[in-house]
Amino acid sequence: MQQSIDRRQFLKLAGLGGVVFASGLAGGAKLAGAAQDDFYFIQLSDTHWGFNGPVVNPDAGGTLQKAVAAVNSLNFEPDFIVFTGDLTHTTDDPKERRRRLAEFRDIVKGLKNKNVRFMPGEHDAALDNGQAWKEFFGANYYSFDHKGVHFIAIDNVSDPAARIGEQQLAWLKSDLAKQAADGRIVVFTHRPLFDLYPQWDWATRDGAQAIELLMPHKNVTVFYGHIHQEHHQMTGHIAHHSAKSLIFPLPAPGSQPKRAPILWDPAQPYKGLGFRGVDAEVQEAEYEITEYPVKKA
Amino acid sequence: MKLERRRLLAAGIVTAAGVAFGAVALAQPKEKVIRVTARKFVFLPREIRLKKGVPVVLEFVTADVVMGFNAPDFKVRADIIPGQVARVRLVPDKTGTFVFLCDIFCGEGHEGMSGQIHVVA
Repeated sequence: MQQSIDRRQFLKLAGLGGVVFASGLAGGAKLAGAAQDDFYFIQLSDTHWGFNGPVVNPDAGGTLQKAVAAVNSLNFEPDFIVFTGDLTHTTDDPKERRRRLAEFRDIVKGLKNKNVRFMPGEHDAALDNGQAWKEFFGANYYSFDHKGVHFIAIDNVSDPAARIGEQQLAWLKSDLAKQAADGRIVVFTHRPLFDLYPQWDWATRDGAQAIELLMPHKNVTVFYGHIHQEHHQMTGHIAHHSAKSLIFPLPAPGSQPKRAPILWDPAQPYKGLGFRGVDAEVQEAEYEITEYPVKKA
Repeated sequence: MKLERRRLLAAGIVTAAGVAFGAVALAQPKEKVIRVTARKFVFLPREIRLKKGVPVVLEFVTADVVMGFNAPDFKVRADIIPGQVARVRLVPDKTGTFVFLCDIFCGEGHEGMSGQIHVVA
């Protein structure tokens, strides 16, 4: 527990925008045989390798490497690292798409922690249904368990119409059926599963079906990307946290007529960019003790 | 409108849904039809002017790739498929300026592919 507190202090001091993910763990299910322990992971998102726009990010060719170095220099080793999509910037040219994916892969090989999970974004995958992305990074949706938490990566981008699709929803239903109703579940996705702001394409067409499948589970938290800024919203008891980008920030939903990148500020380089540390705590039972005398004084 | 439908029928490229809708449209000849062309990466026209409460039929065509039309504020959308005519009927129930966008990722310029619907009283 001491290390957890130190991590939280570190996140605060480092200004990393750390999220202490504890709600889903409070009174969490005691899964038979599942180790329950605090842990810590890093979420990076929307690196858009291959983007070219000097007024938006004059260091587009160097920001990813700086992020890799920043993760490597953290005082606390994360349990794992996840990239929640848009690893590369879109291109109509399939050869260029693969070149960008290869360059991205080679740069992130520089991460000291080798337990790295990847997900596609629509920039990586929507123009070829994820074909090139899968050549480099494997399965586009999957689940895994870590220290008593069940993680589910949902692909809502390989379909250019932003659908999860019937096949994947059936898989999700099957995967969730194996989890206890009070099991601790974390979902990774690229687009928001809920209608955050469809006018800017910040939605998943059949995301409501995924949320419906998740609703019977008491402890669910969603981490996603796509909107290039921190955003926190609840759908019922499910918390959704979007992450910052590592290429350019976008304005708050509906805050201006058009969704356009926020321009680079030379006075504050890299403003609005960053990554996230997530501190997953297992809350310990607390006992409030009151001592009573045999006779009142 | 009728000539265009006959031409499409002759070419055999009107979808079953389109034909069915056409029958309805013929029964309601007063509804205005606005044709919108979608191409990489613009809608033409980009600005659509409507009157509140007055029904309109929006027809979409494209010669490029599959695209989408989505006007979230009116909860109407359609797939725009090359070689077909996509139609949506819209009865604006509020005034103001509202975004419509392509909601099927169609290429490098997709994210800028949007337009506006202006509805006046």
